[in-house]
Amino acid sequence: MSLRLENLSREVDGVLYIRDANLTFEAGSFNVLLGRTRAGKTSLMRLMAGLDKPTSGRLLYNSEDVTGQSVQKRNISMIYQQFINYPNLSVYENIASPLRLAGMPESRIESRVRETAAMLRIEPLLERYPLELSGGQQQRTAMARALVKDATLILFDEPLVNLDYKLREELRTELRELFRERQCIAVYATTEANEALALGGTTTLLHEGQVVQNGPVMEVYRAPVNTLAAQLFSEPPMNMIRGRVTDTEVTFDEYSHHALARPLTELVPGAYWFGIRPSHIGLVPANDDDLEMSMEVELCEISGSETFMHVRNRHFEMVLQLMGVHQYHTGAPVKVYLPINKLFVFDQGEKLVHTPSSVPGGGV
Amino acid sequence: MAEIELRSLAHSYSEMPAGDGDYAIRQLDHVWHKGGAYALLGPSGCGKSTMLNIISGLVQPSEGDVLFDGKRVNELSPRDRNIAQVFQFPVVYDSMTVFDNLAFPLRNNRIPASRIKARVHEIAQVLEIEDKLYRKARNLSADEKQKVSMGRGLVREDVSAILFDEPLTVIDPQLKWKLRRKLRQIHEQFDITMIYVTHDQLEASTFADKIAVMYEGQIVQFGTPTELFEQPNHTFVGFFIGSPGMNLIAVRRCPGGVCFGASVVPLEPWQTETLERVSSSNIKIGIRPEFVRISELPADDTWEARVTDVEDLGTYRIVTVVLGEEKLRVRQGEGFRVGIGGKVQVSFPRQWLKLYVDEFLVQEQL
Repeated sequence: MSLRLENLSREVDGVLYIRDANLTFEAGSFNVLLGRTRAGKTSLMRLMAGLDKPTSGRLLYNSEDVTGQSVQKRNISMIYQQFINYPNLSVYENIASPLRLAGMPESRIESRVRETAAMLRIEPLLERYPLELSGGQQQRTAMARALVKDATLILFDEPLVNLDYKLREELRTELRELFRERQCIAVYATTEANEALALGGTTTLLHEGQVVQNGPVMEVYRAPVNTLAAQLFSEPPMNMIRGRVTDTEVTFDEYSHHALARPLTELVPGAYWFGIRPSHIGLVPANDDDLEMSMEVELCEISGSETFMHVRNRHFEMVLQLMGVHQYHTGAPVKVYLPINKLFVFDQGEKLVHTPSSVPGGGV
Repeated sequence: MAEIELRSLAHSYSEMPAGDGDYAIRQLDHVWHKGGAYALLGPSGCGKSTMLNIISGLVQPSEGDVLFDGKRVNELSPRDRNIAQVFQFPVVYDSMTVFDNLAFPLRNNRIPASRIKARVHEIAQVLEIEDKLYRKARNLSADEKQKVSMGRGLVREDVSAILFDEPLTVIDPQLKWKLRRKLRQIHEQFDITMIYVTHDQLEASTFADKIAVMYEGQIVQFGTPTELFEQPNHTFVGFFIGSPGMNLIAVRRCPGGVCFGASVVPLEPWQTETLERVSSSNIKIGIRPEFVRISELPADDTWEARVTDVEDLGTYRIVTVVLGEEKLRVRQGEGFRVGIGGKVQVSFPRQWLKLYVDEFLVQEQL
């Protein structure tokens, strides 16, 4: 079982919402659409659900053309940002409603509703009404309604965005577990890189209506195809510095000169973009060949367990994500260290040409 | 700018409150000092919005007093209290230019035009929207509009305090970084009392010098981000701050310390003394995922545990281990290589092991 998008585009009044999307979603897979607001996540989901018609391209379900088939004819559930429940129905009736619509016998309805409610831990609330529930409980009810029928395609459109971050953490973990066993296609839209990492599965990066990259989450994270993909899939965004490689040295923004060392010796001399994740930069050297740079502290944001240190010099700025508390005054000089084996390198066209090497005991 | 004091303050939305459960805010005393950058943090329904509305004057407290610089202001409107507010969704006049939006609060106060012009430019410069001053607000992006909203709060020089109610909700994560940094800089530059309501611990801790954590209508802890992280004085703070939150394990008294299952956890003498003085059996130990130590080789103070889940979050891992009957979450670096089902040695460094009786931290009496 699979859902295939073939050259799918959607244009409304001259505005391109989705440009030439080619994607395949397999049964039993969990797929995350990651992109900023207005990247096309909702538009793509609406096309997949058949709520909107594509301007061009086809939608194939098990190689059957379902382009333009109404959502009612297909077995689809959709969960939105806003918790949508019937206010005049009890939680039980809310969850039961799709089953009643499908004409399921009463005896089976009750067991399905109770089973689903138990899974989402709202069984004690079945007799209550949505407005008597907290936000998290309301969203659980909406999710239960979407999960109660055996939908072949379940679409989540930023379902947790209106919830406490703690509740989000909890529901995210539950979702991961709920879908381990299911044979449907789950698609989940989010703006947050960390949520995509926590959910796992397959990640599709979207930007301005276009698919930037698509693949297993860790593959996309470890080898972003271009600077845009790297920025989209990094929180805080990956640091990007312009640089130049010659036969003997690497220079950042014609300012910071370093002797060329492995693995950068593999690069053809020329101009590049160098990317490094905020958590990989240190205040003390970790290796002999770390690149040392003199910077000035702009701001330290301390979260308790971590410090986000914003530093700059006359040529570029960077963010460091450090474990523990590091307090510096604005303007304080610091030396920062970039491990040479943690650098991503992109060419002038911003395409990836080098990924950090996997070193024993360390990942990327 | 003002010092804001809440004295014996309590609030119930019901006319005849019967018990604690009827109170959105249970009785408390609290002072927000002049020029501080504060956050009010808690889950939905904890009373933080009620608290903000009481400070601004949108809600009158059913009990107690609100004082600005020692003067009771219970009956004054937000306007008379000189409170500026920034809400979740930007409040701007779409048909006006950015300049007119920013000038609006000043024109209302009959400030001379030359002064208005200078002030609007100053604020626009700080917010980096100077090049947009003569554009209509409707043509701005969401984050630019929210900057204008903030600017309208900052522009008045007589403002007592600025209250922010989840101001970054509609902003993309990539831009949140920039706006949060901007807010911090503004606070440093203008030295103004700011109170920032949020349910997001990262937003709270990066913005505020001190955070008030609210839970069930009470401020359960008021401290720096580091204090909340290292020394949570209530189990709720331990759970709520940190992702994932603190590991909390119900334990019972036993010789030499406390026990869970077959494991004996030794305590410091002052902790044991406290346990001898109280009768409650609601005792827990707490340790943060960041502080649980994992090693390969067993030692006197280690227990063997089994790995049941490894969550790869890119630059770190959250490892779930089972120790006896208890599930613990442990934060490990990228280099963690033990797979699911593998065995590890776990220990709790003394200084990071906290003891809670009736959900409150047992503190050393100095």
